[in-house]
Amino acid sequence: MLTRPHRSTVSDTSRIRNFSIIAHIDHGKSTLADRLLERTGALDVREMREQVLDSMDLERERGITIKAQAVRLRYQSPGRGEYVLNLIDTPGHVDFTYEVSRSLAACEGAVLLVDAAQGVEAQTLANAYLAVEGGLEIIPVLNKLDLPAADPDRVAEEIASVLGIDPATVLRVSAKTGEGVDGLLEAIIDRLPPPQGVAGAPLQALVFDSYYDSYRGVVCYVRVFEGTVGTGDPLRFMVSKEDLPADEVGVLTPKALPGASLGPGEVGYLITGVKEIGRIRVGDTVTRRDRPASKALPGYREPKPMVFSGLFPTDGDEFERLREALERLRLNDAALVWEPESSRALGFGFRCGFLGLLHMEIVRERLEREYDLDLVATAPSVGFHVVLTDGREVEVRSPQDLPDPTSRTAIREPFFRVMIITPTEFTGAVMELLREHRGTMGSMQYLSTERVELIYRVPLAEIVFGFFDQLKSRTRGYASLDYEPDGYDASDLVRVDILLNGAPVDAFSAIVHRDKAYNYGKRLVERLRAIIPRQMFDIPIQAAVGSRVISRETVKAKRKDVIAKCYGGDITRKKKLLEKQKEGKKRMKMVGSVEVPPEAFIAVLQVDAD
Amino acid sequence: MPTEPVRPDAPELADAAAGWVGAYVHVPFCHRVCPYCDFAVVEGRDDLRGQYFDALVAEIAASEPFQRPLDAVFVGGGTPTSVPPESLAAVVTALADRFGLAVDAEVSIEANPEDLDSPTAAGLACGGFNRVSLGVQSFDPLVLEALGRRHTPVDADLAIGAASEWFPSVNVDLIFGTVGETAASWRSSVERALAAGIQHLSVYALTVERGTPLARAIREGATAPDPDDQADKYLVASRLAAEAGMVRYETSNYAAAGHACKYNLLTWALGEYAAFGNGAHRHRGGVRSWNVRRVDRYVERAPGAVSGEERLDEWRREVERVFVGLRRAAGVFPGEAGTALVASAAGQRLIDAGVLASAPHRVTIERPLLGDEVSRALLALDPPAPS
Repeated sequence: MLTRPHRSTVSDTSRIRNFSIIAHIDHGKSTLADRLLERTGALDVREMREQVLDSMDLERERGITIKAQAVRLRYQSPGRGEYVLNLIDTPGHVDFTYEVSRSLAACEGAVLLVDAAQGVEAQTLANAYLAVEGGLEIIPVLNKLDLPAADPDRVAEEIASVLGIDPATVLRVSAKTGEGVDGLLEAIIDRLPPPQGVAGAPLQALVFDSYYDSYRGVVCYVRVFEGTVGTGDPLRFMVSKEDLPADEVGVLTPKALPGASLGPGEVGYLITGVKEIGRIRVGDTVTRRDRPASKALPGYREPKPMVFSGLFPTDGDEFERLREALERLRLNDAALVWEPESSRALGFGFRCGFLGLLHMEIVRERLEREYDLDLVATAPSVGFHVVLTDGREVEVRSPQDLPDPTSRTAIREPFFRVMIITPTEFTGAVMELLREHRGTMGSMQYLSTERVELIYRVPLAEIVFGFFDQLKSRTRGYASLDYEPDGYDASDLVRVDILLNGAPVDAFSAIVHRDKAYNYGKRLVERLRAIIPRQMFDIPIQAAVGSRVISRETVKAKRKDVIAKCYGGDITRKKKLLEKQKEGKKRMKMVGSVEVPPEAFIAVLQVDAD
Repeated sequence: MPTEPVRPDAPELADAAAGWVGAYVHVPFCHRVCPYCDFAVVEGRDDLRGQYFDALVAEIAASEPFQRPLDAVFVGGGTPTSVPPESLAAVVTALADRFGLAVDAEVSIEANPEDLDSPTAAGLACGGFNRVSLGVQSFDPLVLEALGRRHTPVDADLAIGAASEWFPSVNVDLIFGTVGETAASWRSSVERALAAGIQHLSVYALTVERGTPLARAIREGATAPDPDDQADKYLVASRLAAEAGMVRYETSNYAAAGHACKYNLLTWALGEYAAFGNGAHRHRGGVRSWNVRRVDRYVERAPGAVSGEERLDEWRREVERVFVGLRRAAGVFPGEAGTALVASAAGQRLIDAGVLASAPHRVTIERPLLGDEVSRALLALDPPAPS
């Protein structure tokens, strides 16, 4: 018989606790996680440092990237013996709410970590609500007690009032000094319920995260709810309907330890040999092919792109390379979708769909940096639902695809429920900002005498265009924001087209609210005039709604562009100067006969129609 | 003897210059360096002058003659006339001894108006010079002051007079577009130069060169020259010169028939030329090379003062031929690069915009004010695939 090392199935689920830490950025999540790892002997500090430094070597040695997304901690309780604590990480950004919800679904409880000086932030609260909705037990914890500015009593009141709990139950720690961490470990055992589940039942395991490892292919993080999964088992992914073998099952301590099997309540990783991340869906349920569960775990959602932008190579010859790069990116980004798009102005490219603005920025940056592509990105647009005269409803992801006014009866746009927490002194400014962005008020709640939570319904299109920056600047950076999809509704929307030298440039078109069309067109035209350099002829720039021109500017023809002197001694130098200028020109995109710098396509983003 | 009285913009003249050979001699010394100047010049340093001319003569003596005598000599600077005519004459003698001078060779010198009185002009003429180029720049005292020039408008009148007495070919350099120069001021500067009976006129837009005091001042907030203003002034000069019977034969140069500058024509035709002095560039045997830029280093190292070189492959040489040649009103025969330019998308746009013109055996620039558009399009051409 095989001897079972410590990583083997924990047969007694009452000895398991699964939890996440929910925290705003900079509120000390990773410091607390490090402290927990240290206290439970998972890694000492020196080892931790080495692990980071040597991660490249480790990758080669073990063939698996160390990514402490789900760490198994062995905790020796002074009074009650040994427990296994699974700490599950959650993505930190609003674009990934669904991923957060899946991570939380793998847990029975959550540590809500709040900076004792800063107080509750919108995103923390949004994730805390998500946890509460998911039936998780919450342990509220104040961090950074060591800070002179810490005001634990006030912040504890704030948390208590938001979550409707007794302020006395709020724990107080300093992740930095370690103060209170032992108490937190005991509270995790006391307050969080142990997982349920029967080892002999048909397997049900939740895929709550996944990533692409260049050596091993897709690595899934799984939480077993029922049954047992072991290396070599024939598996079925119930949503994607993929039948795959369990090549390797193991736990992370955070070192990857391949183990024999994971039983009910356990958390670990699963490698199937699949190379394309698109084939593994976060939220999917893994079962056994030979003894399948009757149904999948609830809560699966297709990743739904909310924001769309056209990506075009500056150099048309790079189209294939862009396609290859997107395909490679999709290996570890299942949420990225695209379809080929052709633009009269920009040639061939791809209409890409993103979870949100951050996701869009990440993808664009990776394409440019990792794949060395020069891209022109069109202004992001939301997906509209257009109701046609025949009653059909179609999704329009690009302004250029908007059906003619005569063949449509309504344009429905996506709305978001926006939650903002701000110091009360900025309440007026924030409400004004929301009003400018066509927001309608839902509710307003004072978290304390100093801070207020505002809930509004705002069209996504309004959030896409510069909302974050404005919120930051109008609240001097103090407000925090979270949002989630909240259905579609009809709005009075029109398409503003931009004509360059008399010809419409599809990449500059935008769908905006009728009341904002004039200002939007005027400002965009002004910006374009400032950005487009003078050329060999006058370039009229016009904004139009339908056939009606609403604004016009002209880039006057350049009159002088010649080196005055070029004699024998100068030729080499002048040539170098021109070579340099030529490089600058290469960035330009030819739109008809007009040279347009890539910044112009971003300008659409920066136009504030208000 | 001056050149044959042919039109300065005749294509035959432009093309013939490709077979000429020349010599450039650099005299770096200036009484005062102008704030817009980025040449290899030095203020004062009287102590170095003697050694410098010794070094020049040594470098000339040590260099290889061409297959034919020199068609053109150009002594520039700096301010050549800041040294005595005898020193300059000695340089011409050294060149004649080593390279030989063609019977109709052009021997040209740059002079500042404040230096060129009649005796100096006579001395230079006796020393073998037959063409003088005067750095007048403007006849407006305010503009002269803004440009940091030391002479007055009257000095310029007198210098032109003295030069005309002794030289068959006199050029005046003018600079336009200085901040503060009015349209009327510029027009009267051009008119006064043309009225003085010169044979050649060079008009240059004031250019802000990197590293000059002018560039620094602008970086610190001074107004920069306005390209639209300069375009207007370029066109005014062009019209006035034409009315005075001069022909524009290069972007910035006008001449009466028979007075096109041979030295310039040969450099624009990629002819070969030797060069002497600090920072001087030469073009020989298909290689461009240049001397150390600092005067003291040059003096130490001459005759072996070369500090760098550029060798062009066949394609880049061809591109350069068209790039430089197109600055001439005569244009270029198309050749490989000219043909490729005309056939390119960028070339077609230039033709559509009336900047470039293509006739069966000639490519020309019709809007010289936008010449750099053409140059960049040319430099962006891909070399032909090896066959």
